[in-house]
Amino acid sequence: MKPSPQEKLDLNEILEDLENYRPRRRGWNWRQPAEGDEAQVGGFDFEQISLPLDNSVPLPAAERSFDGIDPQPDCVITTEIASGRFEDDIRRMRMAAWHGADHMMVIRTAGQSHFDGLIEGTPEGVGGIPITRKQIRATRKALDIIEDEVGRPLNFHSYVSGVAGSEIAVLFAEEGMAGAHQDPQYNVLYRNVNMVRSFVDAALAKRIMNWAEMLQIDGAHNANATAREAWKVMPELLVQHAINTRYSELAGMPRERIALSTVPPTAPPAPAMRMDLPYAVAVRELFGECKMRAQMNTRYIESDTREATVTHVLNLVLSRLTSADLQSTITPDEGRNVPWHYMNVAAVDTAKQALLGLDGLQEMVQVKEDGPLYDKKREIIERAVLFLEEIREVGGYFEAVARGYFVDSGYYPERNGDGIARDPQGGVAAGEVMPRDDDYMAPVCEHFGYNNLPAEFDEQPCQMIDGCTLCDPDKIVYIDELDPEDNVDRRMQQKEEMLESGEIKPEVEWYGDGVVTLNMMLPADERTAHYAALEFAERLGLENPEVIHQNVMHPAEATYLEVRGEVPFSVDPDELVIPETEELLPEDDIRADIEEYPMKVVAATVGEDEHSVGMREIIDIKHGGLERYGVECEYLGTSVPVEKVVDAAIEIDAEAILISTIITHADIHRINMQRLDQLCREKGVRGDVILVGGGTQITDELARECGLDAGFGRGTTGHDVASFLVKFRRSNRSEEEE
Amino acid sequence: MSKQQHPRVGKRPDDFEQRREHLKELTDEELQERFWQLTDDIVRPLIEMARSHTSPSIERSVLLRMGFSSVEAKELVERIQDAGLLGKGAGHVLLKVAQANELSVREAGLAMLDGEYTDQLEQLFDDGGGSQ
Repeated sequence: MKPSPQEKLDLNEILEDLENYRPRRRGWNWRQPAEGDEAQVGGFDFEQISLPLDNSVPLPAAERSFDGIDPQPDCVITTEIASGRFEDDIRRMRMAAWHGADHMMVIRTAGQSHFDGLIEGTPEGVGGIPITRKQIRATRKALDIIEDEVGRPLNFHSYVSGVAGSEIAVLFAEEGMAGAHQDPQYNVLYRNVNMVRSFVDAALAKRIMNWAEMLQIDGAHNANATAREAWKVMPELLVQHAINTRYSELAGMPRERIALSTVPPTAPPAPAMRMDLPYAVAVRELFGECKMRAQMNTRYIESDTREATVTHVLNLVLSRLTSADLQSTITPDEGRNVPWHYMNVAAVDTAKQALLGLDGLQEMVQVKEDGPLYDKKREIIERAVLFLEEIREVGGYFEAVARGYFVDSGYYPERNGDGIARDPQGGVAAGEVMPRDDDYMAPVCEHFGYNNLPAEFDEQPCQMIDGCTLCDPDKIVYIDELDPEDNVDRRMQQKEEMLESGEIKPEVEWYGDGVVTLNMMLPADERTAHYAALEFAERLGLENPEVIHQNVMHPAEATYLEVRGEVPFSVDPDELVIPETEELLPEDDIRADIEEYPMKVVAATVGEDEHSVGMREIIDIKHGGLERYGVECEYLGTSVPVEKVVDAAIEIDAEAILISTIITHADIHRINMQRLDQLCREKGVRGDVILVGGGTQITDELARECGLDAGFGRGTTGHDVASFLVKFRRSNRSEEEE
Repeated sequence: MSKQQHPRVGKRPDDFEQRREHLKELTDEELQERFWQLTDDIVRPLIEMARSHTSPSIERSVLLRMGFSSVEAKELVERIQDAGLLGKGAGHVLLKVAQANELSVREAGLAMLDGEYTDQLEQLFDDGGGSQ
């Protein structure tokens, strides 16, 4: 399928012939560093960027002020996607990829950890998606299209955990997944899967993941997200990282494919950087050859997206002060709901923006290797060593978990007795592990552990059975759907009417979910404002309104609120009256016309306004303004009375008057424009002069209502105005000729 | 019973200063070495257990690799487990059934899912199996 930026992904085409789909490759892809000339973008020298994308959406400031450049930071950027429906996940992945994400982490549905076997088909999930072969294939096939579109490999990732960990690892290897979380401690501590089972299964899973060249991410960050005072688990985090890293190595995984999931443990109002930095340095010192997956803090996110973003930017500063191979992102709405489409994009942009802004920081700023940073770092490592000593002393890892040493809220060796304790004989799927007999055999490749193979098959065990699925993918058995009701076809049927009609609805999570948010400030106390906001939403016709964020401005004066609700109708784009986009005259055409008929204009910022930036960009030669086309511009300055502008135009016999009014209250901009038209009429020159209004609040429609010939708003260039003036003049000329 | 076996760690004040006495004089390198040595001591018994044990998930993963669907693998592993033969390896059992009946492994598995050859299972291994 050829990608086309003008078209939506065609789900039917993606679902077609999935049983024969094979992934293009296996394994993880890092970004390609930009070196030499490639590291010069838009006239800037970058130190930490990678090769550019073929198609992308740059940061908002880039378009207007930086020639639309979109440099890509050096590290892989992760976005976590959890819409619960793969057909919506892939659309979100496309948006995130265009903004700079190349690691698509799909969150699993609640409960898959305890599902004893693989799930098949495309059932809907809760807080994530059931990971199945069909879902993986369809998503990978969509990602192939998207990566061709953006021009960068996209890494697809999910979880190898739970009671079916070994089979999931095989599934992922067969289907070319690029990365996965794998950490038996996660099963034990947070999913209460029996610990013997978790560790036995994990060794095989890791061996298989290694064959598939997948990047493994551990689960230590969860201690951080669970503990009451997250900064106190720092010694334990080092212990958890170490256990999974060493276990992975012994299962055959090289350190370069082991990524530590590390999170700055705390957030403001704590003095976060001073606490987080020694920890970050300690992790990198102990685990130097491993990859660093820098995660953003989730523990202290509330419903305020601004607050979350600031914390995350501090996390990014930490990444640049130390290092990050993967920069993970947490959506700023994580504290209030399952992430929404545009919040994924916001988080990716936050990472891109901050990483670019901090590019090359370490060339000028260095982390001190002595003083409090050293002391703190040394202390954290010593505490971790003491923790390991005690684990060994009490009889090993299982015994330590059984006694509740882990995820305790005390700063080790302090213990508060509130850790998570698990029984080695208990938990989900307890008692199912059994010893391998002396004649145990598994006639397949990449098996971990004791395997009593006939000597001649030691090299390639699957020759005993004419090949295994790892060597011969044709042997993979594909199951389409098991549930006739809960599947993608049914969901698409329900949406078909809307899809076929071409009508559109707002959405945040699923196609046409209708969800919008209202932002409002109400002059009332918090509780009154809360109920009043719901009433406003309801009377505006929104269904199921819910306050998703509120922030006191002052206990009595005002409360700020964000309210979500569902729009109960759709809009047919065919019935909209959309003004035609003005076709611009080619630049040479404009120049030729002005050469033949020289043009003089008068320009000014009118009223009580000292802003001149916008107008200067429209006229100045160096901004590609009117002067560049040969137009003679008489710029009168700022805060010029309208009368003076008109007089100047008459005096020099100008063909056009350009006035700019920036943001004003009380309709001053409207009054100024009307006044301009009126004065020109009074002085009998209205027919001889083209009147143009501009400014951030101006639209063409508004300017015409006020009697002008055209209006230009935000984002206007000199080319737009020059093209208009020449066209307008030409149509006047042809009218005269008639 | 398990609670007595695993006394919970109770509340304990931060006695870092006393505990660290023996670490104080270590260089950073020695401290790191100690960190990894201790980790090794803790992890080795776990990986040895993984080498010498198996589980239904592992055996299902073997059957997946042998070309069975997840649904078939689950059912077959359950049957082999019921017959007390999981310690032989589910793939091993299927291979034996296939060899005894001159079938491909896949044919053997599908036949077993139809209820065939279950009576053969006990005789497949010299020690009679079912020892678990």
